[in-house]
Amino acid sequence: MMFAFEALGSISFQSLFLEPLSHEFMRRALLVSALVGGVCGLLSCYMTLKGWALMGDAVSHAVMPGVVVAYALGLPFSIGAFVFGVGSVALIGFVKQKSRIKEDTVIGLVFTGFFALGLVLVSKVKSNIDLMHILFGSPLGISVGDLHQTIIISGIVVATLVFFRRDLLLYCFDPTHARSIGINTGVLHYLLLSVLSLAAVAGLQTVGIILVVAMLITPGATAYLLTDRFDRMTLLAVISSSLSSVFGVYISFWSDIETGGSIVLVQTVLFLFAFLFAPRYGILKLQRFDV
Amino acid sequence: MNQFSMTSHQEVLTGIEADQICVDYNGTVALYDASLKLSSGTICGLVGMNGAGKSTFFKALMGFVRPSRGTIRINGVSVGRAQREQAVAYVPQSEGVDCSFPVSVWDVVMMGRYGAMNLLRIPRESDRKAVLHSLERVDLVDLRHRPIGTLSGGQRKRAFLARAIAQRASVLLLDEPFTGVDVRTEKLMADLFSQFRREGRTILVSTHDLSHVRNFCDLVVLINKTVLAYGKTSEVFTAENLTMTFGGLPPNLLKGPIASD
Repeated sequence: MMFAFEALGSISFQSLFLEPLSHEFMRRALLVSALVGGVCGLLSCYMTLKGWALMGDAVSHAVMPGVVVAYALGLPFSIGAFVFGVGSVALIGFVKQKSRIKEDTVIGLVFTGFFALGLVLVSKVKSNIDLMHILFGSPLGISVGDLHQTIIISGIVVATLVFFRRDLLLYCFDPTHARSIGINTGVLHYLLLSVLSLAAVAGLQTVGIILVVAMLITPGATAYLLTDRFDRMTLLAVISSSLSSVFGVYISFWSDIETGGSIVLVQTVLFLFAFLFAPRYGILKLQRFDV
Repeated sequence: MNQFSMTSHQEVLTGIEADQICVDYNGTVALYDASLKLSSGTICGLVGMNGAGKSTFFKALMGFVRPSRGTIRINGVSVGRAQREQAVAYVPQSEGVDCSFPVSVWDVVMMGRYGAMNLLRIPRESDRKAVLHSLERVDLVDLRHRPIGTLSGGQRKRAFLARAIAQRASVLLLDEPFTGVDVRTEKLMADLFSQFRREGRTILVSTHDLSHVRNFCDLVVLINKTVLAYGKTSEVFTAENLTMTFGGLPPNLLKGPIASD
């Protein structure tokens, strides 16, 4: 026991945090993870408040064939993913409207269909796509081109969410009022979905398609337990999401474990802390609301 | 035609005018031949069973559904223009909005000002003043920083009323405003309603609470897929009319008495 502590003591801050930065791939991985974490964290506030967790899951799976097609055609993968992400949502809306099937069934149906199409395409289209990278992410192996793409996507998502933040908040809170004062809620709906598709593409860089939905809901859920103010909620979500991504990458580097898994696990642990210890809404209720 | 207009000396304007509107959803008739004319400065109850078309009527007035026939004018202009002018405010039922949402009372009332703001919705001094003034009128200034979810049902209702005031809407559509309301809020609402009347606003109250209609509303409209009867509350609230509204008679049997009205 003593020995272990001494060993820990000798591992300095420098060797833990700075030494990995001497590797080019680690600098890139940390940058992209922190960025994507922040972007997804910001969006996750709207996802949790709007109740779009399932929609986030659907869109993130549905972008799969888009990524494959884009690679095969030599286009930026984000374009393919965007087309399929938005397309899947349009299809969900269409099937729901034209049939008697309930929405959650339609969502499940469409996204698994798209995902299956993606799997089939990967195995049929001759390309150098690594299926495992798409499914589970590979921030440690991200290329410079992908890094640039992710930065651009992140910029678009953040700019949109910041510019329309009040309208989107109103749309999530009370769409009837929004419509009654002449705000075009249809546009906001598709705007949010487009941003969701883009964020899903960014997210799959770091944690992969299967876990990207965690990036899109967990930080928002954690922050929601901690505050009653939307501005603080977004701030907390962005910070917790970025920090978990950075720590996830470090943990992955030190202990040689799956990066995507470690990022999402850190997020989940943060959520559990909030679930237990959040001042007002944690199950331990450390602080009563004084009226 | 003007039998229900205000008797006061102020100029009588038409707040809501619906002329023989029909609304159907994919072939299912929700409302037919519904006509209604409310001059400004009146408070009118919209009474009917669930599914009688109350919410469809509201949606048509807010421009969410287009009548397949008939016309609607709000303050003498089309619904679309009224919407752009922020003329119509909808005050939701408490259950209608997610009240665990992380917004404060102030934020909610400020949402009434969004239509008048620029695209970024950055409040100006005048917007802040309007919000504060609205909160004063519903007696919620002290609670303005509280999250909306921590308010009682009655306080929440007042917050949404304040939002409609902040919007400076001249036509207010209230959805079941009397449910879950405490005595204090009810008293405050009675005062507010008479102020609204003096200010020349038009209030349409959707409800199935007959006792409150009697106390609050000058006029009442009974509907079941169409307007069965409307007029002064004291005259319309007859046993016969109420049986018609709630008795579940098929609408076609009810056409006779309306035509002769």
